Amino acid sequence: MEKARPLWANSLQFVFACISYAVGLGNVWRFPYLCQMYGGGSFLVPYIIMLIVEGMPLLYLELAVGQRMRQGSIGAWRTISPYLSGVGVASVVVSFFLSMYYNVINAWAFWYLFHSFQDPLPWSVCPLNGNHTGYDEECEKASSTQYFWYRKTLNISPSLQENGGVQWEPALCLLLAWLVVYLCILRGTESTGKVVYFTASLPYCVLIIYLIRGLTLHGATNGLMYMFTPKIEQLANPKAWINAATQIFFSLGLGFGSLIAFASYNEPSNNCQKHAIIVSLINSFTSIFASIVTFSIYGFKATFNYENCLKKVSLLLTNTFDLEDGFLTASNLEQVKGYLASAYPSKYSEMFPHIKNCSLESELDTAVQGTGLAFIVYTEAIKNMEVSQLWSVLYFFMLLMLGIGSMLGNTAAILTPLTDSKIISSHLPKEAISGLVCLVNCAIGMVFTMEAGNYWFDIFNDYAATLSLLLIVLVETIAVCYVYGLRRFESDLKAMTGRAVSWYWKVMWAGVSPLLIVSLFVFYLSDYILTGTLKYQAWDASQGQLVTKDYPAYALAVIGLLVASSTMCIPLAALGTFVQRRLKRGDAAPVA
Amino acid sequence: MLWLLFFLVTAIHAELCQPGAENAFKVRLSIRTALGDKAYAWDTNEEYLFKAMVAFSMRKVPNREATEISHVLLCNVTQRVSFWFVVTDPSKNHTLPAVEVQSAIRMNKNRINNAFFLNDQTLEFLKISSTLAPPMDPSVPIWIIVFGVIFCIVIVAIALLILSGIWQRRRKNKEPSEVDDAEDKCENMITIENGIPSDPLDMKGGHINDAFMTEDERLTPL
Repeated sequence: MEKARPLWANSLQFVFACISYAVGLGNVWRFPYLCQMYGGGSFLVPYIIMLIVEGMPLLYLELAVGQRMRQGSIGAWRTISPYLSGVGVASVVVSFFLSMYYNVINAWAFWYLFHSFQDPLPWSVCPLNGNHTGYDEECEKASSTQYFWYRKTLNISPSLQENGGVQWEPALCLLLAWLVVYLCILRGTESTGKVVYFTASLPYCVLIIYLIRGLTLHGATNGLMYMFTPKIEQLANPKAWINAATQIFFSLGLGFGSLIAFASYNEPSNNCQKHAIIVSLINSFTSIFASIVTFSIYGFKATFNYENCLKKVSLLLTNTFDLEDGFLTASNLEQVKGYLASAYPSKYSEMFPHIKNCSLESELDTAVQGTGLAFIVYTEAIKNMEVSQLWSVLYFFMLLMLGIGSMLGNTAAILTPLTDSKIISSHLPKEAISGLVCLVNCAIGMVFTMEAGNYWFDIFNDYAATLSLLLIVLVETIAVCYVYGLRRFESDLKAMTGRAVSWYWKVMWAGVSPLLIVSLFVFYLSDYILTGTLKYQAWDASQGQLVTKDYPAYALAVIGLLVASSTMCIPLAALGTFVQRRLKRGDAAPVA
Repeated sequence: MLWLLFFLVTAIHAELCQPGAENAFKVRLSIRTALGDKAYAWDTNEEYLFKAMVAFSMRKVPNREATEISHVLLCNVTQRVSFWFVVTDPSKNHTLPAVEVQSAIRMNKNRINNAFFLNDQTLEFLKISSTLAPPMDPSVPIWIIVFGVIFCIVIVAIALLILSGIWQRRRKNKEPSEVDDAEDKCENMITIENGIPSDPLDMKGGHINDAFMTEDERLTPL
């Protein structure tokens, strides 16, 4: 008789868990960047098409597999076919890598959150230099927000090779982040189910507050108009379509095993088709919603910087030519410049090199993604708002909710197969298994708190999951459709949920989605091969900006190891099962 | 004769106070930037106040307590508002060394700023850099306090959850036949060790329940 499996208290918990997992930091810091780069409003066209063609079918597939097999990823794929248990193992390995480096983001969010309770905000002013006559040199060359991120938070070293030691401040924050995650997953679905009510809904509250605040900021409309104006010609750019597909794929968190794990705690009669559509729609809606907020913040920041630039130029002119204070305004600046150039040509040409050309477009054009957007651009905008402490606390609290929600899914992907396995769960209680996983991840995660930690973080972020996931989901789709059999799967689902599977899903699963994934895979591989040596951005303290450097050999080896360790699981496990069966057949003859 | 003397004196004064002269300092005020609508006009009365403030600063320097307002000379007042000034000694023939004037102004910059409702950015003495006020540094950084609070709360919550889990399990151990909340795998194992698993209410997924099966076998099928 099958052991009773823990269940979600109600289907709302399941939906919230999926939303909390899928809606993560990528919706906030990757989608707005893509939207800006690939044609603003017109990016929504490939995005929505990919959602319908790729996102929903694959999400439904994973949820259905989990709900049907009622096991974590390893057990589920072993049931589909013993040769494919490697898919589950690969999922667990990728989830393990992900949880290692993802929680570091939560640690940084904690760090900024704790520092938000000060007046003035520590990233709004530069610290003074040694003899108090001016500001710190690195801070002057960069900006105060960049200085706080690169020097105070990361204490980054100039290159990957210089490791530095473990910084105790980020290490403490990482420890706290893991303790919080442990607290949430401690009791399994019982505790996770309650936590996801908060992690799923609170970010929306904050986003709505930020939307209202953002839209009322001075200059917000500049950002919104600039970003959302559709550039129709980008529709012809294949990169726009590829990036839309990639974003949908990774944003939903397919292939990690988390969705299978969550769905395995469902009642078999649960309508996972409806839930798949709901979750994918909410995920995409959140991306668009977050980008509205982001663009209004961009607009505010760009307008603020532009007006500051104008003020600086006015001040320079006023001081050089002893004009009346307050005479120069934004409207007469050009006129007066022309007049001065003609009236005092020598003096004007002397100071001309110091005049910067202030342009609103160039300020708006700075497209940033990732940690740079979250921790540098947003903080720069926040420090200029009134009551900046409140906005800062709200913002980092939202980042934390998003990050922890995703971590719950990541750890569920690792823990569910472990607790399913009879060997492990007979020796250790659930709390101990979760504790061990958190401990191991925390210990390895200390690597990311070293001085060169952010470079390793970038390595993991760019390479640990991308290729492997594509391969995993491709094998998953082929396994369900062709190894297990699409008809068999369909009849299973019908028996389980009582509803027939529409032809649309079958067509997508069997044909369109695998083709899409293969094309994405080919594109990524060719991209990697064509770029040659991989490069990374290093922070140069003397110049106060990022410089490009080549990865050293051992870093390339680590990258190769990351990709290989997850992708090789699939063929190796198939081989292992094959050998095992061969041996068993060989033994079976003498043993009855 | 008197007129000649007067012109001579003003000529000397004019020579002492010149843009770029030795020991002369340029001052720049941005009244409209600082005060907006409430900006006052810069007239000779304001200049008098300025001279008084400079004289006041110099009087604080040892050996210069005899500095009078008339010893401070202003010149080249522009629309900006900016001007040059020098401080002369009682004989009105030489200007005081720049170093002394610099240190005197620096000591009293705050008073001078306040007299004009300005601050270090809007009342600038070029060549006299003001020492920047270091940001307030509390002995214990605030972030550690917040971190400590949240850390303790999380540790306490974890301990509570783990302990309550252990208590629940001990309670279940003592009463194995009771129907229990089958969330914990350990509870499952305990019930299995007891023989026939006995949670007849947990019939999910249509699995056969052993307890009922034995019943069925006793009854004669209809």
